[in-house]
Amino acid sequence: MNYIGIDIGSTCAKVVVLDEQKNVCLEMVQPTGWSSVDTAEEIKKKLLAEGIDPDASPCVATGYGRVSVPYANKMITEITCHAMGALKINHSQDALVIDIGGQDTKIIRIEEGMVKDFIMNDKCSAGTGRFLEVMANSMGMRPDELCTLAETGGGVTISSMCTVFAESEVISLIGRGEPKENIAFAVVDSIVSKVASQASRLHEKGEAVCLTGGLCDCEYVCKALEKKLQSQVITSPQARYAGALGAALAAAKIKL
Amino acid sequence: MEIIKELPEVFEEFADARKNSFLAVKELKEKNVPVIGSYCTYFPQEIPMAMGAASVSLCSTSDETIADAEKDLPKNLCPLIKSSYGFAKTDKCPFFYFSDVVVGETTCDGKKKMYEYMGEFKDVFIMELPNTQREAALKLWKEEIICFKEYLESKFGVEITENQLRQACKTNNQVRSSLKGLYELMKNDPCPITGYDLFKVLYGSSFKFDRSLIPAEVDALVEKIKKEYAEGKMLEKKPRILITGCPIGGATEKVIRAVEENGGVVVTYENCSGAKSIDKNIDVEAEDIYEAIARRYLDIGCSVMTPDTNRFELLGRLIDEYKVDGVLEMTLQACHTYNVETLAIKKYVTEQKDIPYLAVETDYSQTDVGQLNTRIAAFIEML
Repeated sequence: MNYIGIDIGSTCAKVVVLDEQKNVCLEMVQPTGWSSVDTAEEIKKKLLAEGIDPDASPCVATGYGRVSVPYANKMITEITCHAMGALKINHSQDALVIDIGGQDTKIIRIEEGMVKDFIMNDKCSAGTGRFLEVMANSMGMRPDELCTLAETGGGVTISSMCTVFAESEVISLIGRGEPKENIAFAVVDSIVSKVASQASRLHEKGEAVCLTGGLCDCEYVCKALEKKLQSQVITSPQARYAGALGAALAAAKIKL
Repeated sequence: MEIIKELPEVFEEFADARKNSFLAVKELKEKNVPVIGSYCTYFPQEIPMAMGAASVSLCSTSDETIADAEKDLPKNLCPLIKSSYGFAKTDKCPFFYFSDVVVGETTCDGKKKMYEYMGEFKDVFIMELPNTQREAALKLWKEEIICFKEYLESKFGVEITENQLRQACKTNNQVRSSLKGLYELMKNDPCPITGYDLFKVLYGSSFKFDRSLIPAEVDALVEKIKKEYAEGKMLEKKPRILITGCPIGGATEKVIRAVEENGGVVVTYENCSGAKSIDKNIDVEAEDIYEAIARRYLDIGCSVMTPDTNRFELLGRLIDEYKVDGVLEMTLQACHTYNVETLAIKKYVTEQKDIPYLAVETDYSQTDVGQLNTRIAAFIEML
C-alpha cells in the first residue's frame, strides 16, 4: 500500500508518496500551469507510470488547487499539511513554521503536534514567491539566480511593498545603471523584511524557525532571514515538499 | 396558532423579510406612518415605536454602490460606511428613500464624518453617543435620548407620553426575549439548526415593521424546533464556533457559510447581528424610564467604547454557556476600533478561556471567498 499526498500550489504542484512504513518513496514537482485540473490529471499519469494507482491508494489533496483532484479521498488545508510535514522533517512536536509560498506566506505555530495558531498574508503578494518571480522576470533572470546573486550585492533598498510599484522601482534602478547584484539584494531584502514582520506576531525572540516552501533551496534567503529574525532558520531540500508530505501522512490515516 | 409550514420554509420567509418589506414600507408611507431610518445597535428603537412610527435599519451590506460612494469618500474606509453612503446618495435603497429622518450616532469616526455629507441631501438627526460608559456618559446619553424624543415630537407634531414609551419598552422587551429564546436553542449539543438558519431569523426579524407581531411568530418557531429536536431531528455533532466582531449581513454572510461548509456550526453570534443587540432588556418598572432606556443602550459592548469591558463580559458568558470550541472574529477592512481590539480579544479568548481564536478581515466583495475558506477550514481542522 502507498499513501499519496498532492499539494497543488499556485506556482508548483508537489507530490509525495509514502510506502507502508511511511518512508518517502517518491517525490515529484512540476509547474501548476494554467489549470489545476489538468495538473491533477498529469500527476495521475505520472503516478501510474511509477506503478502507483491513485484510485486504489489513500490520497489527500492540499493547497490552493486541492478542490481539483478528483481521485483524492480527502481535502485538507495547506496550513495543517505544512505543519504535519514540517514536524516530520524536523522530528519534533513543537515548531514555528514559515512557509513562503507562490501566492501566500504562512506562519504556523505548532505545539504538542497540533496547530495552535497561524497567520496568512492578505490579498497582497509582498513577501511571497510571486514577488520574487515578478522581479526576477523584469531582470531577465531565474528566481534562484537572483537569490544567489543577491549575496554579493548591497546598498540598495526597494521601498514599495506593492509588487506592481516595486517592479517599476526595479525598472528605474536598472535604467539608472545600478549593478544587478545590488538590485537582487534589494529584492531579497524586501521579501525577507516582509516575512519577518509577519512572523513577528507569532515568533518569540531567538526561537529557531522552520522554513518550508519553494525558497528553502536558496541558501542566501535563509541567511538573510536568520539575520532579520536574529534566530536560527532550519531548512532542508525536503522542506519544499512539506505540504505534500503532510498530506501523505494524513492519507496514511485513511482506511479505504 | 397552528403552524403547518416546514422549518426550511420558515427560515426562507425570514430571509426574504428584508426584500418583502420594501413593499411594506411603501404601504406604511401611503398610510402616513412615519419611518425612521437607523444605522446602529445603539439606536433606541423604543422612542419611534412609542409614537407609532416604524423604524428600519439602513446598514448596507452589498458592494453595489461602493464605487459611487468612493466619488465622495476615501477608498480605504470601511465598506459598511461606503456602502451605506452609496445607497443613500444613489437613492437605490427604498428604506432610505422612504425614511422621513435618518438617525446617526457618533459611534466611529468614519460614520460620524460620513453623516455630515449625508446631511446635505437628507434629514439626518445626530445623537451624541459617548465613548465611555461612566455615569457622566449615562447622563449625556439620557439627554440625547430626550432630545431625540423632542425632535420627533416637533417634527411630526405629536406628543410621546411616558405611558406610550413604557408600552413600547414592554413590547420590545418581549421581542428581545423571544429572539433570545430562539438563539438559546443553540446551547444544545448537537445543535437543532444551522447557525445560518438562525442568522436568517435574527436578521430577518429586524425588518418586520410591526414589532408586536414578532414574539408570537418566533415563539411558535421555537416550539416547533423544540418538538422536532425531541423527535431526534438535529445536526450531527460539529465543532462549535462563536462569531464576534463587526456586523454581519448580506455580502459578509460568506463568513457564516465558510464555517458551515467546512464542517463547523455557528452556535452563537456575539456581534450586532446577535446577542449584542438582544441580550439585555430595559427595566420597564424603573422610576425614570429615560434613564432605564439610556442605561440599556449605553451598556452595549462595542469597540467604539473605551474601555470595552461589557463586550468581554458577554463574550466570556457566551463561550461558557454555548460550550464554544473556537472563536472566529470577522472584522471589516479599515474598521479601526474592531481591528485594534482583535489583539485584546485574542488574548482574552486564548489565555483566559483557553480556546483557539482566528481573526479574518474582509470586505463586501466576494473575491476573497477562497482565502476565507482556506483560513476557516484550517481553523476548524485545529479544533
